[in-house]
Amino acid sequence: MTDAATTTWPPDAAVTGPDLPRLLPPAPLDLARHIGVHGPLRYAGTPRGLIKEIRAAGLTGRGGAGFPAAVKMTAVADGRGRAVVVGNGAEGEPASHKDRHLLWLAPHLVLDGLQLAAEAVGARRACLYVHRHDQLLRLLGHALAERSAAGCDRIRVEIVPAPPRFLAGEESALASRVGGGPAVPTFKRPRVFERGVGGAPTLVQNVETLAHVALIARFGAAWFREVGTVAEPGSMLVTAHRADGVSLVSEVPVGAPLAEVLGLGRRPAQAVLTGGYHGAWIPVAQAATLPLANAALRRAGASLGAGVLAALPPDRCGLAETARVLRYLAAESAGQCGPCLNGLPRMAGAFTELSRPGADPRCLADLERWSGLVAGRGACHHPDGTVRLMRSALAVFSGEVGQHLAGWCTAGAPAGDRGSAGGAGPAAAPFLPLPAAGPGSSRPTRSRPGRG
Amino acid sequence: MANRLRVNPIACAGHGLCAELLPERVTLDEWHYPVVSGEPVPPELESLARRAVTDCPALALLLERIR
Amino acid sequence: MNGITQSTALWYASRATGVVCLVLLTVVVLLGILVNRQGRLPGLPRFAVTGLHRSISLLAVAFLTIHVITAVADKFVTIQLIAAVVPFTSSYLPLAIGLGAVAVDLIAALIITSLLRAHLGRRLWRGVHWLAYAAYPVAVLHAVTSARDLRSGALLALTTGCVLSVCAAAGYRLATSGSRGRPAFPAGAADGGGYRTLVRAQADD
Repeated sequence: MTDAATTTWPPDAAVTGPDLPRLLPPAPLDLARHIGVHGPLRYAGTPRGLIKEIRAAGLTGRGGAGFPAAVKMTAVADGRGRAVVVGNGAEGEPASHKDRHLLWLAPHLVLDGLQLAAEAVGARRACLYVHRHDQLLRLLGHALAERSAAGCDRIRVEIVPAPPRFLAGEESALASRVGGGPAVPTFKRPRVFERGVGGAPTLVQNVETLAHVALIARFGAAWFREVGTVAEPGSMLVTAHRADGVSLVSEVPVGAPLAEVLGLGRRPAQAVLTGGYHGAWIPVAQAATLPLANAALRRAGASLGAGVLAALPPDRCGLAETARVLRYLAAESAGQCGPCLNGLPRMAGAFTELSRPGADPRCLADLERWSGLVAGRGACHHPDGTVRLMRSALAVFSGEVGQHLAGWCTAGAPAGDRGSAGGAGPAAAPFLPLPAAGPGSSRPTRSRPGRG
Repeated sequence: MANRLRVNPIACAGHGLCAELLPERVTLDEWHYPVVSGEPVPPELESLARRAVTDCPALALLLERIR
Repeated sequence: MNGITQSTALWYASRATGVVCLVLLTVVVLLGILVNRQGRLPGLPRFAVTGLHRSISLLAVAFLTIHVITAVADKFVTIQLIAAVVPFTSSYLPLAIGLGAVAVDLIAALIITSLLRAHLGRRLWRGVHWLAYAAYPVAVLHAVTSARDLRSGALLALTTGCVLSVCAAAGYRLATSGSRGRPAFPAGAADGGGYRTLVRAQADD
């Protein structure tokens, strides 16, 4: 596992906003210190009691979908059979570091939340799904041992390692992996909350959501709502990739000004990416006026996602950066569905053509056709998210598109100089973080027929 | 109580029988995979739709109730 | 007609239908592999290939039924009806007839699950359908061990032809099972640059 940005352990975290941090301590907390800071874990007593409090708090999932946690928990609690709870810490998105930071600094908050969620839905089995990182696994093992010695866990927590793939954290891929199968999405009939791991109703919650649950159980819904907006309460973790190349994980109130979180005033940028690699680009002028809240971001055609934000510096080519990400996303296809397996690499190829000065203008028509062919035709939302990113890049970097068709790249490479695959000037390294590609790592897992 | 056709994209291998049997509801994209219209299946096409579901070599076509 | 002539007629009917059954099963397996490889028969739509696969398999079942009934009814040798479905319980040629019973059981499983395939679910139907690759060799072994005249002359040539064609088709299926024909996207399209090759190739198509 390589992080382009926060590669050193323990990670560095900055915070903004009053009454914060709630989730992220400055240094990792063991069980004793955790209890010292937050108080002991207190179970709700009644199975549905906590769900009521979470509903009042308005907590939404922090894994990207933003689905109301209370609704999900109720659905699982109502399901047939003994439920299973899985804390999703797989964090397959390469630009996101918040989950591993949280697990590193405050594992007991997540583990408290896991126990409380299990109590709320009547689960008898609890799992923590995390990336296969030795240091992190050791830390979690140690934390679980502490809890077992202290006797605060009612259910034994099983650590399930996730492969370092983009789709590993997808809900049905998670259910498949926890159930002993491969970490690839399944055809969703029925949904995971009805029949997931081993046919049992499965509650899948991002580890950050579970951490919030742990605090709501202690301090209540009203406390949770003291920070954030009325419509979208609470705090959230963001991974901010600033234009000066520094990447930070921060805990911010929902609704905080995007400009402040990314430091747009002091560090010039040309565009902002929100929602990660299935998110969307926003022009910087517009981004500077927006709060970090779904209501406003959706009006701009974007969303919070799992809190990944990136401010693209002016000396980079937005098309080249997007092309790299699209190539990565194409390689990360599970390879199970024909349209995705066939369409995403072609889209990436056409966009790569567009990202070079002197681009063949046919690629625009091909991009339009292929994006229309893949959206909505996979078993998961991988093609949809990829199309969203691509279309937002075409819109936000439309000026650059015109330049490239005319033979120029304003990021540095003059006409006729195809340069490296990055397309930017020779001095500029790639900006958006991607895992280092090893030989053979760029092929989807299965091959399907295609006649194109 | 109308039905509509739906493809299981993981099971689908692009055989293309569905498009042959029911071109009113299924066309093939440039990679030979089915593009299924989500419109309800009218009664006169119902038996053809059921045949397409049964005949699909990959059992990837489904006829489901529209809720 | 006295008893011996009647018996001879039944015996010939059994052997004749047995040969026809073997040929039909061969065609069914070949068509099944053709369906799986998404192949086509000239001039026919794809649903006709699956339709033929299904129709000929039902025809084979019809001939199989007559083959079994005439063999059981024939009084010259004693084959109990139960021996046709429970393997190795026949008093006449227990091994040969037993193999036939195994083939009958496997084919019954294939036919019944295929008739109910829309209700059984993909995984169950597909799992059972793999037994076709077991049913065919068992049927061939039954034929060769129970009928002496299959081991020489025209019938040997016929049997050999059937077996070789199934082996070739099965070998082809095994060999192409990984990539299923052309790769999903042109090599290098994902690395860029391959787009131009792709566009040029599509212009040539």
